[in-house]
Amino acid sequence: MYSFPQGFPDPAILAIIAALITGCAGIPGLFLRTAGAGQVIAVGMQMLAALLGIPAALALLFARATVTYTLNWGLPFGPCELAIDPLSAFFLLPVFTVGAAGSLFAVGYWPAAEHRSSERGLTFFFGLLTSSMALLVMARNGVFFLMTWEIMALSAYFLLVTEHEREDVRRAGILYLIATHTGSAALLVFFSLLVARTGSFLLPAAGSLSALPPMMMSVAVAALLGFGAKAGIMPLHVWLPSAHANAPSHVSAMMSGVMLKMGLYGIFRTLTFFHDPPLLWGAVLTVAGITSALAGIAFAAAQHDLKRLLAYSSIENIGIITTALGVAMLGYSSHSHTLAYLGLAAALLHILNHSLFKPLLFLGSGVVIHATGTRDMNLMGGLGKRMPKAALLFLIGVVAICGIPPLNGFVSEFLLYLGLFSQLHGSNLAYIVLLAPALALVGGLAVISFTKLYGSVFLGTPRNSTAAHGHEAGATMLMPMGFFALCCVAIGLFPQFALGLISPALACFMPMATAAVVQPLEYMAILGRLSLLGILLLATAAIALFWSLRLRRLPVLSAPTWGCGYQRATARMQYVASSFSEIAISVFDGIIRQRSERPVLSGLFPRPARCVDLPSETVLERIITPVFTVAGSAFAFLRRLQHGQMHVYMIYIFATLFILMIWAH
Amino acid sequence: MTNIIIHTFLALLMPPLLLGVIAKTKAAFGGRVGAPFLQPYHDILRLLHKGSVFSTTTTWVFRAGPIVALATTAVAALLIPFGAHPAPISFSGDMILYAYLFALGRFFTMAAALDTGSSFEGMGSAREATYSCLAEPTLFFALITLSRLSGSYSLSQMLTNVTPGAWLYAGASLLLLIGGMFIVLLVENCRIPFDDPNTHLELTMIHEVMVLDHSGPAFAIIQYAAALKLFVLGAFFIHLALPFATGNAYLDWGVFIASMLLLAVVIGVVESVMARLRLVRIPQLLVAATILAAFSTLLIIR
Repeated sequence: MYSFPQGFPDPAILAIIAALITGCAGIPGLFLRTAGAGQVIAVGMQMLAALLGIPAALALLFARATVTYTLNWGLPFGPCELAIDPLSAFFLLPVFTVGAAGSLFAVGYWPAAEHRSSERGLTFFFGLLTSSMALLVMARNGVFFLMTWEIMALSAYFLLVTEHEREDVRRAGILYLIATHTGSAALLVFFSLLVARTGSFLLPAAGSLSALPPMMMSVAVAALLGFGAKAGIMPLHVWLPSAHANAPSHVSAMMSGVMLKMGLYGIFRTLTFFHDPPLLWGAVLTVAGITSALAGIAFAAAQHDLKRLLAYSSIENIGIITTALGVAMLGYSSHSHTLAYLGLAAALLHILNHSLFKPLLFLGSGVVIHATGTRDMNLMGGLGKRMPKAALLFLIGVVAICGIPPLNGFVSEFLLYLGLFSQLHGSNLAYIVLLAPALALVGGLAVISFTKLYGSVFLGTPRNSTAAHGHEAGATMLMPMGFFALCCVAIGLFPQFALGLISPALACFMPMATAAVVQPLEYMAILGRLSLLGILLLATAAIALFWSLRLRRLPVLSAPTWGCGYQRATARMQYVASSFSEIAISVFDGIIRQRSERPVLSGLFPRPARCVDLPSETVLERIITPVFTVAGSAFAFLRRLQHGQMHVYMIYIFATLFILMIWAH
Repeated sequence: MTNIIIHTFLALLMPPLLLGVIAKTKAAFGGRVGAPFLQPYHDILRLLHKGSVFSTTTTWVFRAGPIVALATTAVAALLIPFGAHPAPISFSGDMILYAYLFALGRFFTMAAALDTGSSFEGMGSAREATYSCLAEPTLFFALITLSRLSGSYSLSQMLTNVTPGAWLYAGASLLLLIGGMFIVLLVENCRIPFDDPNTHLELTMIHEVMVLDHSGPAFAIIQYAAALKLFVLGAFFIHLALPFATGNAYLDWGVFIASMLLLAVVIGVVESVMARLRLVRIPQLLVAATILAAFSTLLIIR
């Protein structure tokens, strides 16, 4: 049993209260007449919830305890338990952080004065989304879990279609709705099978199930489909790019930074049920993960829509997390505790890291879109001069997401590499080290994608007039970005403390794996060395900077960029985003496809012409859409049931009820 | 302690000499006398005393590029053992940091190039990004092979473990590795046949075109950092190719310096006898390097 200092309220109650506060954050705005008042109240409530919820989650995390509350809800699905164990507490951290940061950002990004009609709904559903995800990680009753899951999915849908007057937004919304409900259907199967197994709607306790019965294979498949669709593991990712690209930016930050993690939470939670997961599960997760990582980042390299690139990079990061989890499961099943420990630590830390740098980048993309009015990177450029603060914060996010030292993205990948290399000596899993070069390739492709992104958005000269008039973002937009950037730097420079933060969640996940065999202190020491070198790197850079500043006494001139002899270079002659990735696309031809329309030039003085490069969504266009088209025409006869006549619908309902009652007897 | 001092001393002072040796070798092949061995030092000093010109389109990113490139290479130099002597800093997993430090330097070099808004420099950084991405897996295959051979996760032990004895039982694997790593060494340091630092046509360059707009002290830093990178990657390579140790600490330093100079001569010979490849061939050769390294790994894990 745990004990907290006297005089302090129970942190679990605080976390539940915080979850409810976020849910109510948008409600006052619905009734207030003054434009913007509701938005400010929502920010206040989200901040309050974060101030209550984050310390509470940290307290619960470090107490390494599970606190359970039973809700008497009177529904025939057994008791509704809400429990917070370290794993739940860990996932609560990004929920409250991104919730508060996103709502603060919205004040500058989506001001009520300019968006009178949509702001209220946006604020309301943003609060609801935050709240549903906080409750989701606490839910221990299958039906309650599905309820919060569905609230999460639907509020995300309403957030996504905020600009529903646009055709592409509506299409993205429908695609998302179909994908999420396909996933929900799989989850329905998953929970039904679990109920059939355990006889209760409560989620099974950790390690209480055996994976041996053949039925468990269907449980695992259903969980992978349902949760994997939400997390965006390839090939279930089809909804993700268009949804992230078309939502308002703080919503994209929330979806990518937190909502995808709920899918991963589901996979984590499911895996805790079993005490003997077979080797196959780990292998499937690993293969799915590394495929998502490689293909996701390869697609990202081809994009020239700013937010689509970020969305594909989310698929890559989810892939890295899934790989790490799969590797950990392989280690767990083969009793290689070091591998299990390092894989899990990498997965959890990367979840935390991704929920810091991805919201940072999505919020940054919001600032850019706000200033330029376009998402097309080919039309941007030179924003670093006009918005230096946002450019600096964005740069931190970019370096972090590339997994480059000394920032946080490197730390989690470092742990994964350590895990992969650890199997090289005296283990029958030696071949998984071959994932290391694949991961290195992912890192290289990430550098291509993000150099291209940063270069074409913030560097160089503006490529059109709106980019030339970009302006620095307001404080409400910069503050959340600054917070995330600070966290990225802090974890990057002091990774040993981050390992301390995830250790309780890790221990809760696999008590046996982390008991005595693995010495976390050893890895703390290694990460300490990493921290030392990060600081050394900064110190070296500082010395070099100081030294070169002393040399600055020499004459410094300003001149136009050297055009290799050509005097009349224009901004349009710069390399654009598409041209930057052109070599990479030609090398990875076959994985990355794009539709190109090249003009035919003829004569000595050809007319002005256009050329278009559109990266294609291979999985969606070649597999999903054809299958759905065939299914659509095959089941066309069912449309006769759907005709919009209310009285016939009521007959359906009564008939179904009647049949069910007869069946129940 | 003495070893650490010598290590730092060599890393600080020796790199430009390699460039001098390469240039001298090429001059000898061309039937010329060539510039003195110490010419690169003169060049760097001369640049340090010049003023700078900064393009009006650039921001602080442009000025940060050379500094970050120098800092990352300098830290990487502390992680790599020189000859039989262990590196000043070593810990489990330092090889991953070693590989990723270059990525940081490269990122800032490319960003600085894009900051000028010049299409030539954009072209250079696009090439650099793609080719170094393709070179990355080769380095990791090499690290796997070495880690498996030595049973260690730290560069110092992985590299000093390769001895003439190791060649006896893992010769085939090491031979494949040398092939792969030599290609990576040439690509990463922008040497012929992949890139020609001395060509006159910007359109065909990779690294040199990215630094067109840097001048004065900033360009001196770039030149020095490039020499240091050649030195650091070369030190990695000679552990594989010339793994000789005498047992005597001071003699070992001599062996190390001699091997580095020999490596510079070899690079000079390669540069003299080969022509630059067409750009479309470079990815193919890089994939070939990856395959060589992958086979070396498979031979050793099997």
